[in-house]
Amino acid sequence: MSHEPKKSAKAWLYGLLPIAVLGILCGAIIKLGDRKDLLPTEVPPIEELSIQRIIIKPHGFQIEVMNDGPDELTIAQVSIEEAYWNFTMEPADKTLGHLEHGVITIINYHWVAGETYAITIISRNGITWNTEIPVALETPVASSKTTWFFIILGVIIGVIPVALGLLWLPVLPYLSGRYLRFLSALTVGLLIYLGLDTMKEGFEFTEELAGSYNGEILLIGVGLLVFLGLMTLKNFGKRKVSDGEDRPLALRVSCLIALGIGLHNLGEGLVVGSAFVHGDVSMGTRLVLGFTLHNITEGLAIVVPLAACKTGVARIVGLGLLAGLPTIAGTLIGGFFFSQLWAVIFFGMAAGAIFQVVWIISKGPSLRSSDGEMAVPENFIGIFAGLAIMFVTGLLI
Amino acid sequence: MDDEKTSQEKGRTGVNRRDFLASGGLTLGAAALASSSLKALGCADPSCKSQSGTGAYPMDSDMGVIGDCTSGTLDPDLFLTHFDWGKVTKDLGDGKKRREYTFLSVDKEIEIAPGLFFPAWAYTSETPHDQDGNEIPGPGGINGHVPGPTIRCREGDEIYIKFINQNNHPHTIHFHGFHSAEMDGSMKHQFVFQNETFEYEFMAEPFGLHLYHCHSVPLKRHIHKGLYGTYIIDPKEGREPARELVMVMNGFDTNFDGDNEIYAVNSVANHHMRYPIKVKKDELVRVYLVNTTEFDPINSFHLHANFFYENRTGTSMKAEYFTDTVMFCQGERSILEMRFPKTGLYMFHAHQSEFAELGWMGNFEVV
Repeated sequence: MSHEPKKSAKAWLYGLLPIAVLGILCGAIIKLGDRKDLLPTEVPPIEELSIQRIIIKPHGFQIEVMNDGPDELTIAQVSIEEAYWNFTMEPADKTLGHLEHGVITIINYHWVAGETYAITIISRNGITWNTEIPVALETPVASSKTTWFFIILGVIIGVIPVALGLLWLPVLPYLSGRYLRFLSALTVGLLIYLGLDTMKEGFEFTEELAGSYNGEILLIGVGLLVFLGLMTLKNFGKRKVSDGEDRPLALRVSCLIALGIGLHNLGEGLVVGSAFVHGDVSMGTRLVLGFTLHNITEGLAIVVPLAACKTGVARIVGLGLLAGLPTIAGTLIGGFFFSQLWAVIFFGMAAGAIFQVVWIISKGPSLRSSDGEMAVPENFIGIFAGLAIMFVTGLLI
Repeated sequence: MDDEKTSQEKGRTGVNRRDFLASGGLTLGAAALASSSLKALGCADPSCKSQSGTGAYPMDSDMGVIGDCTSGTLDPDLFLTHFDWGKVTKDLGDGKKRREYTFLSVDKEIEIAPGLFFPAWAYTSETPHDQDGNEIPGPGGINGHVPGPTIRCREGDEIYIKFINQNNHPHTIHFHGFHSAEMDGSMKHQFVFQNETFEYEFMAEPFGLHLYHCHSVPLKRHIHKGLYGTYIIDPKEGREPARELVMVMNGFDTNFDGDNEIYAVNSVANHHMRYPIKVKKDELVRVYLVNTTEFDPINSFHLHANFFYENRTGTSMKAEYFTDTVMFCQGERSILEMRFPKTGLYMFHAHQSEFAELGWMGNFEVV
């Protein structure tokens, strides 16, 4: 026992030694990094600017930027539609360090509503970054009117369709055997489509995200963490609910589905809210119809696992709100504080949660026939139908 | 500038969920129409301070580059009226002189708009001389200037230029005007490599307004990096005394995409918006106007509230046109003569609005 402290001290020493050497090495690199004469050739600074958001004001534009390069970057001038224009900038010296944010405010630019504006930002060294306002419309500011608009938007695309889907619950107890298996498989099909759609949306945002954030890795990494995290959480629910055989699992699955769909809808709301802000426009009752049909399936997915057990109305409503309400949060965030970084994180979380649900359902009893077989025709047809419904209703949007 | 408008929204044009909702927003958003039209530029605006006649003007418009150049790398005000008559080493009789110059080509980072720097190649004259033979400081000093020094001489003068290339790329000086084939500075064997010297020698003719530029290859890159200047040969009988101004219309492709980001006269975007060119009422103003703009097929000059006489290439004493707008291909040049009968601020700029809005715009201040 007397050797123990000595041993642990040794272990600490061996453990910390590489870190100490690493520290010295980093210090030396930083110190020598300023010595330009050590470089084989004179290299120009690397300049990268990420244009994050453009706010359109009555007589100008506000452009939020971030230095996405390793070196310091100074903005020299800004042009709108190939005309240099008056602007101010935060910080006032127009210089941004690595990952530092700045705001460029274009002054007295009398834009025309509905027209397109190309903006070019030029650095001290003459590097240019182009961005575009596809349709110039004043960016909504948080007022009671716009807040209500985004809330109603969220209710229309998220809450109502999910609630409508939940109304199928009373039908489910009349079904049994292969018909229930079919519906469970249908749910799996819907979820697989939803998961892939979430990934697709997420990857679209990684393209807009500043390179420093490694968006693709962030998206998949967050998804994986949520997947594994929910898997770990699953066991908590097991202990909490103990009455009945099927109910704990069924309710847990429903909860997870609702959570996954909720995260997905949060992301969707984010996209929709920001699209409104960006002025992406196209309108028609056809689209409203498409939306309702597309999202009503989300409610069905939540209640299918509950087919075999009695569940209180309060619980059902709770599940519906869990899935639907995040849409409202999404439209508000997207409308007022949109950022590509959060979009990627939300979509990563949603994808992880949805695939986790698919995993749980496939491990559970709902897809198995009496002899434990999963590869039965009704399952295949169900998954096929789930994917097909989503695909076809997707065509309407 | 680049026509390609890279957009964050690009590639997301398909109709999808967010399109639908954005559309709902249209009615609610109901963006206010931009109210007032652009503020009238220059003196058309009654609020213009044109009659005040006070020194440096703030930009009287929101259009144009912002701020002021502080690096001192270029001196467009000195350049405007700077003529290098060379060192007279021999009187050849009949008013003709032998004029000797030493030209260098150097690397120089120049401030072409406030806060915007360009890695130029620049010519410089080692010891500029005025008409009376006095040594005078040149724009940019020994470190070079874009455009290069304005060579001034008389018809029939003997011109000798010792050219020393201090840049690590091969360069030449190719003069417009008469000279022998050996003096053309355009063939591969005439390229002057780093720290090498070449002696150009020829008689100054024909009289008129000419230019010189590097003819090393790749041509486009060598010229647009800043290796060009003005070469003026006065007629034997001289010209009427005037307020003489050298204006070289040029552009800079700062991101090397084959398109200019900055347009100007004498390199600095909107310099004469900030510092109008002062001229006296009724005095004869003579502009030596040269176009060295690379990448764009043409450039132009337009004068407000006035007309001018134009003599193409300056090779005749008689003006061909009386107009307010002229257009040049690259390498074309004209002598413009004008008088301002009234005081005030008078704008001049490229009549291609794109160039004007990217820096090629200035003011005369008539006092």
